[in-house]
Amino acid sequence: MMDKMIFGRYVPAESVIHRMDPRSKLVLIFLFVCIVFLANNMLTYGLLTVYTFFMIALSKVPVRFIYTGLKPVLLLVIFTLFLHLFLTKEGEELFRFGWITIYEEGLRQGIFISLRFFLLILMTSILTLTTTPIEITDGLESLLDPLNKIKFPVHELALMMSISLRFIPTLMQETDKIMKAQTARGVDFTSGPIKERIKAIIPLLIPLFVSSFKRAEELAVAMEARGYRGGEGRTKYRQLSWGLKDTAMLAMLAAVTLVLILLRT
Amino acid sequence: MNEPLVELKNVSFKYDAEAGYALHKVSFTIFKGEWLAIVGHNGSGKSTLAKLLNGLHFPLEGCITVGGIQLSEDTVWETRKKIGMVFQNPDNQFVGTTVRDDVAFGLENHGIERDDMVQRVTHSLEKVKMAQFLNQEPHHLSGGQKQRVAIAGVIALRPDIIILDESTSMLDPRGREEVLETVRELKQDYNMTVISITHDLEEAAKADRIVVMNKGQLYREGTPEEIFQMDEELVNLGLDIPFPVKLSKMLREKGLPLSRHYLSEEELVEELWTSHSKM
Repeated sequence: MMDKMIFGRYVPAESVIHRMDPRSKLVLIFLFVCIVFLANNMLTYGLLTVYTFFMIALSKVPVRFIYTGLKPVLLLVIFTLFLHLFLTKEGEELFRFGWITIYEEGLRQGIFISLRFFLLILMTSILTLTTTPIEITDGLESLLDPLNKIKFPVHELALMMSISLRFIPTLMQETDKIMKAQTARGVDFTSGPIKERIKAIIPLLIPLFVSSFKRAEELAVAMEARGYRGGEGRTKYRQLSWGLKDTAMLAMLAAVTLVLILLRT
Repeated sequence: MNEPLVELKNVSFKYDAEAGYALHKVSFTIFKGEWLAIVGHNGSGKSTLAKLLNGLHFPLEGCITVGGIQLSEDTVWETRKKIGMVFQNPDNQFVGTTVRDDVAFGLENHGIERDDMVQRVTHSLEKVKMAQFLNQEPHHLSGGQKQRVAIAGVIALRPDIIILDESTSMLDPRGREEVLETVRELKQDYNMTVISITHDLEEAAKADRIVVMNKGQLYREGTPEEIFQMDEELVNLGLDIPFPVKLSKMLREKGLPLSRHYLSEEELVEELWTSHSKM
């Protein structure tokens, strides 16, 4: 179950978005996050919404996956909406009920800001739904490559990320095993007051930590035995290829940006 | 067969200056193309020996030569290319997120060109019969399969020597047989030298030669037949004699005219079912 929390994000499918270079996807999302702030009227927000839904359609990810990803943040979006609705006191008065007064500007701001929030979440979930974690790692490593010049350990960081990703399921399985072993010895993980339940985590965490350190040590020895000695002189097996579609996607975003600038007030 | 490949001369090693010797004055030779089993009880120094051979530690005294090169901190990367190692825990030596990435890891480390790398990855995975698992993630594989991937990672680098450091001890019998069978085939195909470190004498029985370690010292060295003559002595060293050897010995004590010690079950069965017709 916990497995799905992290890995269930990626939905394999054959789509343009899936086949895009992770670098172009990362750049695209980064730029999108910036241009969202350009929108300030109905037309510009409309354009962004159309663009986002167009991207979702391209990604061929079933809507229910996007919805499950959105569920936890939806509450926050609605909260933002109400916050603006009740607290902004500008423009014409629209509605009054007891102590609640809603103003025109409040409604406008509320809708715009929660929409902005909503679109950002949608776009970033397209990234995680169509890109495997390891592709994201590769993309980041390649994009951050210039930082090597200022002695920033890009390769080490990427390797750390990929090893963590590789060990998550292994450690999950181990947690499950330890949990069962401790349950068999009478530890109760599921009932009792919160304080007791937090205490019950300790006999779970300690063996997990001990074995993780042991794993780390053995892994380090195995890596050294296989000739690992840092990023220098290393070749790469997984390769990224920037294609026409990547350039096209970025060009499309540039066009959207241009129109946004023209339409904003 | 008689060309020496690895030579140990008076090798001593301590993990800690104050601690006792993990290895004390060990000398022996490993010949090209042989399957050498190093056996011993826990703490006999057999795993330390493996780590010294691969330059993960360096001897305190004495010297080790691998293929004519003396092992030292300057030559360790050179000799490491000649020696591939498969460790005990299948999980803790799997570096890549998928099977192919893991096999490629060693190649990446040695700066092999990508085209060559792709070819070597597929080839070595075919060799260990794991080609259909190319994109599989490690947590979906069995222990034996993970060990076979580790072996593929080793042979992709085309080493002369493969060291199995208790590689089968965490596997179930089927996984163990899979792994050993794979190594046997590879040894033949590539004329590799195999050093298998184990406490399982049944596995050691199939080796060409056995080195018995005890308390950091070389106790005895010889062919499996010679070593199993020691029987009581082996038990005293904390090693368990393989079942067919034990059985044939007991049968002989009962007065059955068995001609010699049998090292494998097949040999013993063969002798037993034909023995009646001879009588």
